[in-house]
Amino acid sequence: MAIEPTGPRPRRNFDPTRIMIYSVLAVAAVYYLLPLWVMVMTSLKGMPEVRLGNIFAPPVELTFEPWAKAWDSACTGLYCEGLKVGFGNSVKILIPSVIISIAIASVNGYALSFWRFKGSEVFFTILIFGSFIPYQVMLYPLVIITRELGIFGSLAGVIFIHTIFGMPILTLLFRNYFASLPEELFKAARVDGAGFWGIFLKILVPMSPPIFVVAIILQVTGIWNDFLFGVIFAGTKNFPMTVQLNNIVNATQGVKEYNVNMAATILTGAVPLLIYFVSGKLFVRGIAAGAVKG
Amino acid sequence: MKSIEIKDLSLKFGDLTVLESLNLDIIDGEFLVLLGASGCGKSTLLNCIAGLLDVSDGQIHIKGNNVTWKEPKDRGIGMVFQSYALYPQMSVEGNLSFGLKNSGVPKAEIAERVARASEILQIEPLLKRKPAQLSGGQRQRVAIGRALVREVDVFLFDEPLSNLDAKLRAELRVEIKRLHQKLENTMIYVTHDQIEALTLADRIAIMRDGKVQQLDTPHGIYNNPVNKYVAGFIGSPGMNFMPGKLNGGGTPQIAIKDLNVDLSRYPFANGASVDGADAWLGVRPEHVSVGRDAAEKAFSHEVEVEVVEPMGSDTLVWTTLAEQEFRFRMDGQKDVEVGEKLNIGFDPISASLFDMQSEDRL
Ligand SMILES: Nc1ncnc2c1ncn2[C@@H]1O[C@H](COP(=O)(O)OP(=O)(O)OP(=O)(O)O)[C@@H](O)[C@H]1O
Ligand SMILES: [Mg+2]
Repeated sequence: MAIEPTGPRPRRNFDPTRIMIYSVLAVAAVYYLLPLWVMVMTSLKGMPEVRLGNIFAPPVELTFEPWAKAWDSACTGLYCEGLKVGFGNSVKILIPSVIISIAIASVNGYALSFWRFKGSEVFFTILIFGSFIPYQVMLYPLVIITRELGIFGSLAGVIFIHTIFGMPILTLLFRNYFASLPEELFKAARVDGAGFWGIFLKILVPMSPPIFVVAIILQVTGIWNDFLFGVIFAGTKNFPMTVQLNNIVNATQGVKEYNVNMAATILTGAVPLLIYFVSGKLFVRGIAAGAVKG
Repeated sequence: MKSIEIKDLSLKFGDLTVLESLNLDIIDGEFLVLLGASGCGKSTLLNCIAGLLDVSDGQIHIKGNNVTWKEPKDRGIGMVFQSYALYPQMSVEGNLSFGLKNSGVPKAEIAERVARASEILQIEPLLKRKPAQLSGGQRQRVAIGRALVREVDVFLFDEPLSNLDAKLRAELRVEIKRLHQKLENTMIYVTHDQIEALTLADRIAIMRDGKVQQLDTPHGIYNNPVNKYVAGFIGSPGMNFMPGKLNGGGTPQIAIKDLNVDLSRYPFANGASVDGADAWLGVRPEHVSVGRDAAEKAFSHEVEVEVVEPMGSDTLVWTTLAEQEFRFRMDGQKDVEVGEKLNIGFDPISASLFDMQSEDRL
């Protein structure tokens, strides 16, 4: 006799679909985690142990020497001051680029969604179209432009480039977000006498933390991971961490210090990783606290 | 004195003409309701008056000033929106004072005005809350308060009650009416709810496709609709329309199939019936009498009850008259059975006649 269904539906813990899903997920996780495991383990071994070749084995003799060397004294081309210089440069490039690009793009998106002007759609289309042109096509013209502006090979130059290349995607992001806000809110603010900046700063920005967080994540990871623009526009003194990492790893002199290379790579990747871990939470909280309805 | 004058106003969105040479005069202190079907341009007209849309042609005068090119804040208007449009990150107090801060009103006066408005609207206990912590009715009160603190001559409402449930709507409707009686300023109120329009308005402007069809008191609109559209739009259930042929002569009549309705008491607009013209006869369901009363009317006839819809206070009965569907309303306390024969009648004085072609009132 069948049981009369009442109360919560009984859950089957091991039905076939679940087993399938979990095993696929587990395989995928292992697949992505294995290289990380190898990197971390290698970076904690001394060179003799690395040479034994058991790349999956945990270190017998735990050492943090490679990490210290990667940070402090590995040779990045002519200098042997480790990655810390590159880290500093990356931060110097990152912070202004993120702030400037988000500031400009958010105002762009705001103007495009609320203050439609004649041709604003065309303008927007051109902007979006710009994001489909491969970077390489624009490199040479941009080199000339920055040279003419006198900022080629400087921090200002690379910041300028990052700001430009962040523009299409960020503008799209902000425009779409602002377009989803009720238009009556904007009208009410106009009746209340708020102008272009008043509406933006006092009403829209306070209700948009989630989209700013998204923009920050995009820009921080994008700019931090950038190699191409850094190597071309920043100038030797200002090479970002990624370029210096490359110099360490691809050094042609001496023995290949795999443990140092691994440590340097993890160090370089640490910032985007951290951003994902921290902002993931912030992001969810931001959306929950945003409370767009009202 | 005129509070608002709209002169030959036109508005186009690209190729789409939404308002076409619209003229409207609104008297000082008047409660004007803009009523019309969805998409007829009510909100557009209101936004033009508020200055939120640039007009394509024509002028708008408020209090004798030509405000056609003025910014919304300089027009002396306050506006209340359907979606409340409260600033979500500001407290109720912040919402109320935002406009005043923008126009540089001194702090002490802001506090005073906010206090006064929140007293009138009974939202004092809510001042520190955020909009998300308010119910729909409370939010709409705050939205009204935001217009109130501006102490302006003209209030614009764009369907302020349509997001609320029926009970709350009825409550706030009365509150808005009270507010108007107290403040005595001009109010323009957009709605597509005819009950709201009839209960609130001093005058109603019925709009259709961007044109004002009729501008009149609720009484005038209900009793003397200028055309068939207005007649059908106002009143629920809607008016019965029967096509017929007029004949003039000594006693004007309209022949609807084999039925002749005596129109000698009907107030023709041009004084007399047009012989041989095709026309619609419109009779409101609530103007039909039943039983003994019916016999005294200028027209009466026996019909068979087909469908009965009891609605509490009264009952709507569907029957056939002159081979046409015909609805009438009767006392909800009387029992009617399907198939029952009833004598019904109406007085042409309360009926309406419309030309078949132009659909204008005859
Ligand atoms: N920004 C716009 N661009 C193009 N057409 C528009 C725009 N805003 C409104 N319209 C059109 O103008 C007409 C009138 O719109 P409006 O919002 O004034 O209608 P409404 O009478 O307020 O209707 P509802 O009762 O549904 O609010 C509609 O046909 C609408 O499609
Ligand atoms: Mg509308």
